[in-house]
Amino acid sequence: MSAAQKVAKPTVTILAAISKAYRDALAEDSKVITLGEDIGDAEGGGIVKITKGLSASFGEERVRSTPIAEQAIMGAAIGASLAGYKPIAEIMLMNFTTVAMDMIVNHAAKLRFMSGGQTSVPIVIRTMTGLGFGSGGQHCDYLEAWFAHTAGIKVCAPSTPEDAYGLLRAAIEDPDPVIFIENLPTYFTPMSFELPDNSHRVPLGKAAVQREGSDVTLVSYARMAVEARMAAAKAAEQGISVEVIDLRTIAPWDRETVLASAQKTGRVLIAHEAVKQHGVGAEIAAVINEELFGQLKKPVKRLGGAFCAVPYSKPLESAFAPDAASILAAIVQLAS
Amino acid sequence: MADKQFVADSPALLDIYKRAALLKANDERARKVILSGQVAMAYYSYRGQEIIPSVMGNVLRDDDTICTIYRGIHDMLGKGFPLKELWAELAGRSTGSCKGKGGPMHLTYPPKGIMVTTGIVGSSAPIANGLAWAAQLDKSDRVSVCTFGDGASNIGAVHEAMNLASVWKLPTIFVCQNNLFAEHTKFEKMTGGQNIANRADGYGMPGVRVDGNDPEAMYSAFAEAVARARAGEGPTLLECMTFRFFGHNFGDDDSYIPPEQKAAAMEADPVPRFRARLIADRIASEDELAAFESDVEGQISEALEFALSSPWPTADELRFDVFEKEIAA
Ligand SMILES: Cc1ncc(C[n+]2csc(CCOP(=O)(O)OP(=O)(O)O)c2C)c(N)n1
Ligand SMILES: [Mg+2]
Repeated sequence: MSAAQKVAKPTVTILAAISKAYRDALAEDSKVITLGEDIGDAEGGGIVKITKGLSASFGEERVRSTPIAEQAIMGAAIGASLAGYKPIAEIMLMNFTTVAMDMIVNHAAKLRFMSGGQTSVPIVIRTMTGLGFGSGGQHCDYLEAWFAHTAGIKVCAPSTPEDAYGLLRAAIEDPDPVIFIENLPTYFTPMSFELPDNSHRVPLGKAAVQREGSDVTLVSYARMAVEARMAAAKAAEQGISVEVIDLRTIAPWDRETVLASAQKTGRVLIAHEAVKQHGVGAEIAAVINEELFGQLKKPVKRLGGAFCAVPYSKPLESAFAPDAASILAAIVQLAS
Repeated sequence: MADKQFVADSPALLDIYKRAALLKANDERARKVILSGQVAMAYYSYRGQEIIPSVMGNVLRDDDTICTIYRGIHDMLGKGFPLKELWAELAGRSTGSCKGKGGPMHLTYPPKGIMVTTGIVGSSAPIANGLAWAAQLDKSDRVSVCTFGDGASNIGAVHEAMNLASVWKLPTIFVCQNNLFAEHTKFEKMTGGQNIANRADGYGMPGVRVDGNDPEAMYSAFAEAVARARAGEGPTLLECMTFRFFGHNFGDDDSYIPPEQKAAAMEADPVPRFRARLIADRIASEDELAAFESDVEGQISEALEFALSSPWPTADELRFDVFEKEIAA
């Protein structure tokens, strides 16, 4: 970090990085196309304006607003990909993937296998979710474990502008379907100083060690990775050295990086917003147990959302998912 | 309809018959092979529905695509699916078009535009739109066909797809093969309005109900839909009236079909009826057709032999084609 940057405030948000990734991908590859509800300029350029200006620049045939019809959106993306295109299908909110599950699970994820490799579905499903806006039970679910459980689909969930850019570009170029999960409350926070360069890529399946440490390994992704970084900084003040791993890609996840860190610290905490039961953390904990049984100093600990629908009322919504404070408490407990 | 261009000439009729004869022979062989225990598979006989895909196969080009369903082997053979790769896939062998990983409900053969076979009712339609969108982006006049049943006309995916095809003016042709039953359920009992073609009106596209067992009527309707799609005039919904002779899946109890209805349909079997007509009108001779049919039997036998003598896939295959890159052992 230069001296100038130390005093300057970051200006670049995840939202801006995703917008740039979109624009760069459309500009560099005429096979990249995109569709979704309200994404065209005539419809406002998307509910958070990520696609603003794209239909003006690249035409309404390549940047296409759709009827409210998630099965039709996913089907059109799948079909176009079978013919050599690289569609990005925007599903406005993650809960709305539920009405397109047949297309995603029975078709996008399986056509390569069922056709014996004769066809493939190189699509990106961009979708968004997130707590904090009082959206209640049907507008901010975390369904990543459903997709991670489905063979044939990859799952990404970045927590920084650089990773959002690099992962989205990599996802678009990937030969297989990728669901790219964005997190509403992280969109608008300036985190970086510069927009990533066109050539920046983050390989799918590679985690980032965002902070090195020796006492506790903390594994998370998406908004929980932001909370994890804050919790780790607080823990350092109490003399606990936390290694923060942002998975970035949930499926396939980076076993090597997680296991190496777990072996080093012997204490692992996994935190995500999705409900804990049968969640991503359960898979990671199980693999750590299979691979490192006997080398751990404490049982692997998991933090996750409560086993209920996302509640509306502010105190309930705040209590639903882990945050920096509950992560810190768990770190302290593990380190004791 | 009177347009000359949409009238099947004699060579077209002969070609349509030959396709139908292949389809009929292949279905008869499939049922025999299942009964004899040579191949164990779920089989949805299309016997009685041969004319529809034979017309489609005649009119379509190799680069036109089709998305079909579990009851779809007639659609695929009509469009040129090679017999050996077909039979090897039905038998689950590594030489099958899908290396034995797809099976009868997921047959795929892109060289002939056979892009998706789905076992999920109605799901052929949304995907066909994507192939049509790609044709539009490519500035190609190729068309995208999806086939589905009368039962599928009640599922949301088909309706979402028809609306999208209309507003995007896609070259998608929705071919509903109305065989009057969805599993054990009668068409009349589950179809509001008692007509599927009429629904097109609500989506702003032409909808045509046609006798799918009449080669000439089917040809006119389908060729016109294809011409519209090629010209950039958008989608068409065809409701092709037909009947399936052997129940939902082969071997099931079809006592839910009124026996008189079944007997009348089999009596009016469209394939021999068409054959007799070609001979009566001197479009083909008995000898010519008989020679073709015996040749087809030989080709099917050869394909079956090829399939049954082919190796099974090995368990290692489970790691391949999940993603482009194999899953580590
Ligand atoms: C979404 C879905 N629901 C139910 C089924 C089970 N199912 C398979 S075929 C079928 C009947 C479909 O009838 P129709 O669309 O008329 O086609 P046909 O079999 O007559 O060709 C049903 C209910 C399925 N495969 N997919
Ligand atoms: Mg039916």
